[in-house]
Amino acid sequence: MFTYIVRRIVYVIPIVISVALVCFMLVHITPGDPLVAILPADASQELAAQLRTAYGFDRPLPVQFGLWLWKAVHGDLGHSIATGRPVLTEVMRAVGNTVTLAIAAAIIGFSFGLLFGLLAGYFRDTWIDKVATSIAIAGVSVPHYWLGMVLVIIFSVQLSWLPAVGAGPGGSGQWGWDWEHMKYLVLPAITTSVIPMGIVTRTVRALTGDILSQDFVEALRAKGLRETHVFRHVIKNAAPTAMAVMGLQLGYMLGGSILIETVFSWPGSGLLLNSAIFQRDLPLLQGTILVLALFFVFLNLVVDIAQASIDPRIKRG
Amino acid sequence: MRFNRPAIRTTTALWMLTMACAVALPQLAGAESVLRIGMTAADIPRTLGQPDQGFEGNRFTGLTMYDALTMWDLSSATKASVVIPGLATEWKVDDADKTKWTFKLRPGVTFHDGAPFNADAVVWNVEKVLNKDAVQFDASQVGVTASRMPTLVSAKKIDDMTVELTAKEPDSFLPINLTNLFMASPAKWQSLYDKAEGADAKAKSQAAWAAFAKEASGTGPWKMAKFTPRERLELVKNEAYWDKARVPHVDRMVLLPMPEANARTAALLSGQVDWIEAPAPDAVKEITARGFKIEKNEQPHVWPWQFSRIEGSPWNDIRVRKAANLCIDREGLRDGLLAGLMVPATGTFEPGHPWRGNPTFQIKYDLPAAQKLMKEAGYGPDKKLSVKTQTSASGSGQMLPLPMNEYLQQALAECYFDVKLDVIEWNTLFTNWRRGAKDPSANGANATNVTYAAMDPFFALVRFLQSSMAPPVSNNWGYINNPQFDELVKKARTSFDAKERDAALAELNAASIDDAAFLYVAHDVGPRALSPKVKGFVQPKSWFVDFSPVSITP
Repeated sequence: MFTYIVRRIVYVIPIVISVALVCFMLVHITPGDPLVAILPADASQELAAQLRTAYGFDRPLPVQFGLWLWKAVHGDLGHSIATGRPVLTEVMRAVGNTVTLAIAAAIIGFSFGLLFGLLAGYFRDTWIDKVATSIAIAGVSVPHYWLGMVLVIIFSVQLSWLPAVGAGPGGSGQWGWDWEHMKYLVLPAITTSVIPMGIVTRTVRALTGDILSQDFVEALRAKGLRETHVFRHVIKNAAPTAMAVMGLQLGYMLGGSILIETVFSWPGSGLLLNSAIFQRDLPLLQGTILVLALFFVFLNLVVDIAQASIDPRIKRG
Repeated sequence: MRFNRPAIRTTTALWMLTMACAVALPQLAGAESVLRIGMTAADIPRTLGQPDQGFEGNRFTGLTMYDALTMWDLSSATKASVVIPGLATEWKVDDADKTKWTFKLRPGVTFHDGAPFNADAVVWNVEKVLNKDAVQFDASQVGVTASRMPTLVSAKKIDDMTVELTAKEPDSFLPINLTNLFMASPAKWQSLYDKAEGADAKAKSQAAWAAFAKEASGTGPWKMAKFTPRERLELVKNEAYWDKARVPHVDRMVLLPMPEANARTAALLSGQVDWIEAPAPDAVKEITARGFKIEKNEQPHVWPWQFSRIEGSPWNDIRVRKAANLCIDREGLRDGLLAGLMVPATGTFEPGHPWRGNPTFQIKYDLPAAQKLMKEAGYGPDKKLSVKTQTSASGSGQMLPLPMNEYLQQALAECYFDVKLDVIEWNTLFTNWRRGAKDPSANGANATNVTYAAMDPFFALVRFLQSSMAPPVSNNWGYINNPQFDELVKKARTSFDAKERDAALAELNAASIDDAAFLYVAHDVGPRALSPKVKGFVQPKSWFVDFSPVSITP
């Protein structure tokens, strides 16, 4: 197991460097001036050149990349062009808010996804299966930003039950796990949860159906095991694949949703990316993408290790 | 023993009323009045003195916490907003050397931290953006400031209450441009600099500015109370503000970034905020039906097509330019697509503005006249004129660029134009604006659709009409080269009497209309939706507003 973990960690290094290179190049090959956030279009050429030098954009791209990577390795992602604040502080604050939202959405989405998936798998081709499958398809198909708007219209505008936007009465800086704050989380979390819920339902349904049709389940039943024990075996066999899917989904959610966070003005990484893109704030954009990519890579690593610990066949492969 | 029952009841009722008043009145009297505003910005504009995010930044974190030497009069909804004394009470240009200006400063003004405002503070603030050797020099504030006062070079203290400003050339626009230089507290900054950590003076300076942004100190009518980056800024009223007439009526103002129009509308309708900027046009009916108010007024903003005038451009023919201007039913655009949220543009400035002038060419919808002009220019139903315009799908001040351009496309087809649209990303369009019509980035377009603010003469007219402003210097994208415009710019810039200067600018504006220099389409109206609880608001003809007279009923 130790060798497997070390091998997986070693694999991560080239991935991280590639991710850093790709995100650096992507934001630099897009057209437009990187100083557009602080340099009006009517600024003089002299002023533009002065600022380009001050921010280091006059240097060759490989040099810029080298310097950026060197600083990033030392935990310095630079300063936002638009705000002047350290990128790492900005990103970590936003990621913290997205993690709050992602965990809430994961609890909702995975719980219902597992429940519906197991029910649909166990009661295949019955009305229970049809209802659960319909919910799953709806979850995957409905545009979540549209669902978010509809939920806001119903629960905020019409019924005045829940707030429409924001992350707490005093902002996310004063977040608390009480109803006064958590009511701000309800609508964005439900909206974020529908896609993972649908995907997990469909995955678990297919897995459960497949496992239940295998010979060893028949053998277990023939041995006289109670259905609860059979169920435990089904869960154990379905767990590695379900975990991989849930890990990926959690990764997507931790990446933040630009659309959902914009609809709900939720100050997470999606809204930060949105802002960075529209302001063409390159250091912020690069830093946010890098941190999110690292999260994703790290999460995949954790899921791989967890899978291997559940199913020893994986680490042999 | 008999009791008088009615008397007991009355006494009991009075006692209960007294007790209720005793409990409730102090609370009511002490209740803080709070005004909550949903901004269109995705982030709180910078708070350190020179805001980013264009004029929305100046509106919310500039003019609230800071003052400039000169300010805009925002008190009237009907008159044009003009420059008035701010932290300077009077100013005049040197008779012998027109590059030097003397500004007399307002006595008795203090910063929020208690430090006095004086000539040293003015010099310090000029140097924060113009003197690279000054310890407080901050490159991040230079772009949004220096470009808005392009001729200012330096400042010198004459005495405690007098300062001399030097321009690189005689420039009568300088007092107008100075509305963009906000006065931050040097004393506050210095205290933060002394505490800052950094490897060198530059690093310490950067750290001090970062700290200053969290503990801002200006002289404005609002003081910073609480700041959560990207989420909220809370301002409280400055009871000690130097202009007693502008001490805010509400105790606290909360500014919340809400970039998405539907989210802002939902926040207003659900009572989370009392005021939103720029509601979506299709939500206006719903908003007003629920008893909210829509405030709007003509803004110094123009939604144009800026023509290419390089060799071979079809817009070099004045008949074609005039025909395009006569071919657009602007009232139809206003009443249909934009639900009333625009003012038809008949030039950069409309009648009533001191810089309007008396143009002879009247921009209006006159289809027969437009078709006649096009026929005279050699075009007709069987020989259409092909033109191409670069635009964006969104962008600051662009209103609804795609649907509006499609409306123009259809309208101009009636006048024998075949319009092709080249839609690109907003920041790219903005960058291309600087590169000009000859640059490959124009992609063969002979017009560009970038909206502009028309607050001051340089922004509104000079940068587009003066031949020396052609790329890469400034925004004369189409390389307009008209000696009459150049002469009028020079005349306006060297007329130091305000009336003479305004007259020259009016002449320039009229000349540009007579030349049909642009396709003038619309002025934005800066719509905002307000809760019926919000009282006392006056929406001036400006990008800015004064929050001081606004009150809110419980």
